[in-house]
Amino acid sequence: MAGKEKKEKDLRFKKFGTVSFTAVTKVNDFIDKLEAGQVSGTRCKKCGLAFFPPRADCHQCLTSDMEWFPVTGTGKLVTYSQLMYAPVGFNEDLPYAIAVLDYGDYKVFGRIGNVPLEELTIGMAMKTEVNRLPGGQINYVFNRP
Amino acid sequence: MGKVAIIGVGQSAFVRGYEGSIRELAFEAFKDAMSDAKIANSDIGATVICSAPEYDKQRSPAGVIAEYCGLTPQPTFYAETLCSSSSTGLKLAYSLVASGLHDSVMVLGFQKMSEISSAESQERMGRGADIQWESPFGTMMPAYYAMYARAYLNHYGVTEEDLALIRVKAATYGQINEKAVYRKGVELQQCLTADPVASPLKVMDCCANADGSSCVIVASEQKVKDLGVKKPVWIMGVGAASAPVNMAGRDLFTGLRVAQMAGQQAYKMAGIGPKDINVAEVHDCFTIAEMMAYENLGFAEPGQGKELIRAKATYREGHIPVNVDGGLLSKGHPIGATGGSQIRTVVLQLRGEAGAMQVKDPQFGLVHNIGGVGLYGNVTILGR
Ligand SMILES: [Zn+2]
Repeated sequence: MAGKEKKEKDLRFKKFGTVSFTAVTKVNDFIDKLEAGQVSGTRCKKCGLAFFPPRADCHQCLTSDMEWFPVTGTGKLVTYSQLMYAPVGFNEDLPYAIAVLDYGDYKVFGRIGNVPLEELTIGMAMKTEVNRLPGGQINYVFNRP
Repeated sequence: MGKVAIIGVGQSAFVRGYEGSIRELAFEAFKDAMSDAKIANSDIGATVICSAPEYDKQRSPAGVIAEYCGLTPQPTFYAETLCSSSSTGLKLAYSLVASGLHDSVMVLGFQKMSEISSAESQERMGRGADIQWESPFGTMMPAYYAMYARAYLNHYGVTEEDLALIRVKAATYGQINEKAVYRKGVELQQCLTADPVASPLKVMDCCANADGSSCVIVASEQKVKDLGVKKPVWIMGVGAASAPVNMAGRDLFTGLRVAQMAGQQAYKMAGIGPKDINVAEVHDCFTIAEMMAYENLGFAEPGQGKELIRAKATYREGHIPVNVDGGLLSKGHPIGATGGSQIRTVVLQLRGEAGAMQVKDPQFGLVHNIGGVGLYGNVTILGR
């Protein structure tokens, strides 16, 4: 039955976070870049608009001609919250804090890494780092620069 | 466009674990509104059914409910914008009537949150926002509003005690609202020492889950005349807006842009301003949400909402009474029914029929109903 082999589905995005709710997306390369130690967004090649989280399509230009850019340097901590309850699948992670960093051109939503809650202050500089999770899962967290 | 009035309102009691099916729950508000309007089923030209479908086992509940209420063969539509579904339903009903397509439309909102098990509900809670980019971090609704609270308290030097004052007010009125799910009073200390849910929000900062239904009947000016409606309440302004789901797409964390925008649209359409509002229902799913609403609707300058609650200006006797029916915090928050219940409260106020909750002689009322975490904003202005 040559030529009838099923094309394998690209389910890389299943690896994102403690529990991923998405498997198939056109920005699956995000996962490979994470595995290589880089958190990345996309930029429209036509208008230059930067997107984080990364997108496959620019709504301004209606183009899908995008390029990856690395999230580098530091962003400012906009806000955060520590959760004492978690949805199904996240109980082992408790307590953990979610937060937003402002990089100027774009913002990043994610988790606080190893910085204790009492040391967080709004406006402080933090960097976004790749973080490996149990079971081969992977995400990114915010830490001191 | 023609004028549109509200000619009937109804609501079920908001309860934990409603003992009946969704069609029976919806029927309670339907019956209440029909008795209020004193009209026949054939007077209703179309229905807009509203709920958040993740809690429904029934696929496409609109048809089932329209049938149970005896509203077939009229057309029925289904509207969903999370917690603001029935405000969206009202805007659609307004448009259907103002356009002349129908002379009367019913908005029927419901939610039986106990329709699914608590495990199922917990699983759904994790998928409340951007499932691709946020949910994998383990997010929950309270944590999103908590991020707004953290930014707001920090930016304006407002305290957790100021937020607690809002809960104390809600509980004051929950006690006198027979349809509220939470009928107990709440002390300030009780709020401040409650268990943390998502810092800085604690258990008492969060609204009460409930099962419930609400119903609002709108009609054209001609229909109001034909039916001889004694106390029509007019829809003077409707505003609505949307925002990016992902927090990374937001440009403001000390208020909700959708509320500001929907408010401005509604005021402009009504030709009045915040100072003209005599009674308001705002979306207090969390205490911080009411605080931000004071400012986003122009009742207070940014950062000054605390002065309103400290001075009790938003109590029934104050100059801008807000949520004097207990709000989502005490009356309860059955997602798809919430907006319609808020509308009902303001309609009863404007008619002078709010009983123990009645504020003094209101002319204009406002309803602020938010879907998701500032994802969808709806503001409706009503007048006598
Ligand atoms: Zn572009």
